[in-house]
Amino acid sequence: MNEQRIWIRTVKDHIFTLFVALLALLSVVPLILILYHIVGNGIAYINWSFLVSLPNPVGVEGGGISNAIVGTVILVVLACVLSVPVGIAAGIYLSENRYKRLSYWVSVAVDILQSIPSIVLGIIAYLWVVRPAGTFSAFSGGVALALMMLPIIVRATDETLKLIPESLKEAALALGVPYWRTILRVILPAGLSGILTGILLGISRIAGETAPLLFTAFGSPFMVLDPTRPMNALPLLIFNYATSPYQHWHSLAWAASLVLVAMVLIFNLTAKVISTRWKVRF
Amino acid sequence: MKQEKAFRVILGGAVGVVVVIVVAIFLTLLWGSLPSLQRFGLGFVTSTTWNPVTGEFGGFPFLVGTLLTSFLSLGLSLPFSLAIAILLGEFFREGWFAETMRSAIELLAGIPSVIYGFWGLFFLVPAIRYVELSLGVSPYGVGVLTASIILAIMIIPYSASIAIEVIALVPRDLKEAALSLGATRYEVVRTVVIPYARSGIVGGILLALGRALGETMAVTMVIGNKNALPDSIFSPANTMASVIANEFTEATDEIYLSSLIEIGLLLFLVTAIVNAIGKYIVHVTGVERKE
Repeated sequence: MNEQRIWIRTVKDHIFTLFVALLALLSVVPLILILYHIVGNGIAYINWSFLVSLPNPVGVEGGGISNAIVGTVILVVLACVLSVPVGIAAGIYLSENRYKRLSYWVSVAVDILQSIPSIVLGIIAYLWVVRPAGTFSAFSGGVALALMMLPIIVRATDETLKLIPESLKEAALALGVPYWRTILRVILPAGLSGILTGILLGISRIAGETAPLLFTAFGSPFMVLDPTRPMNALPLLIFNYATSPYQHWHSLAWAASLVLVAMVLIFNLTAKVISTRWKVRF
Repeated sequence: MKQEKAFRVILGGAVGVVVVIVVAIFLTLLWGSLPSLQRFGLGFVTSTTWNPVTGEFGGFPFLVGTLLTSFLSLGLSLPFSLAIAILLGEFFREGWFAETMRSAIELLAGIPSVIYGFWGLFFLVPAIRYVELSLGVSPYGVGVLTASIILAIMIIPYSASIAIEVIALVPRDLKEAALSLGATRYEVVRTVVIPYARSGIVGGILLALGRALGETMAVTMVIGNKNALPDSIFSPANTMASVIANEFTEATDEIYLSSLIEIGLLLFLVTAIVNAIGKYIVHVTGVERKE
């Protein structure tokens, strides 16, 4: 009787282990399928002229995605310029004034900002920039992406600086270094790798965003460098081509997806390398 | 001294900007949806009519679409994210296998949603259509179920990564105590690990739910964009996010635009509440751990 019970329990244990391993492995299958489809369908179209030429009109074979690549770079730079300085400054404030009442409310605000769906931020950028200006523009897209990136930067800065020991700051202050110089020349450099990692992760998050760009940057078939005009971006191009009825555009969308995934992956890997290699240990 | 003061003003200013932005976002949404709020009142949330031609707008079908896809995807992803969490938090914490799985999950979280949508359109939609044909229902391919499956794949990393952390934090002596009493691994997981980590896991699930609620592109591409209440999980529908994505640039008259903004306001409120509860639970369990 007893032995039989033990036998049943052992079998249950084995079945459970098998089940867990099976389900966990199964959840990686979509990833493999997605990568397989992107690479399989996209790699054939990737060559130099695809990367440097402009999209062709409907029905004309060939054509490239250079305007979308340039557009994505410009949008990311705009978003960084708008969000990084404010984000780092707010992050410093939070880590320096941990127990103030204001810090609590800022923390709540950052949480709320982080939870806002990206499409809603698109509406906001539309109402703040596009409607007053009367035209879709790359700048409004940059605003939407900056709103997405801001909470990521604040959190990354705050969490990194929290880990830096008080003694470092006290040592600088004891030497007579003014507070602001202590923060800028001692604390910030010590937390640089963490902050950089946060920025890169933020970039890799916004570089693939489509929803907030739909009615801000809008898209354009031309090479646009002027941020006050509508501009194309890689995710927008993928969306427009993928939902088009043209076979040829689908192929271009696969190739563009491959480029976008590679870009996001490079940002992620760089962030990982920076956070492990450059980390200042205390 | 001057620089000192300027520095403090800059820091305080940045913090002020963050708070002002969040308040301004809420007020902008409220102000933008004012015409629709005045015209339809509370009936907006319960009305099922969405007719741009007659200017009648109600958000109920989209609310249902969003809740249906989100909870369905949560249910679909739960066994998988739990399995990943138990595997990586309990069975294999280190080594090449754990590292590979971890990177795979990170990659899953890193793929842009438009690519999920694209892949869903060309792989999942035909697959679902095939299933629908063999079941004898109308073979749209696109619809609530397709969107939920895509969403489930997308949110697995979010609920899994928090669950891995809380499961890895279960004290070793508790598990060893159970093992020394003769419990099998399964019994340890069921009676010690899961109860101990339960609230953390729930918090992670709520954060994943918050993501599912607001997800736009992938859903827009595979849900079929039909502005009516879905009558089964196979039928095309629309979510709050997808109707905004589809119709915002077409909305020419004020009441149409304002109705879409009100949907955005609703979406903002729903996700903010779900996320707040999730963060609160994760935070509370974090405190428990320190004791």
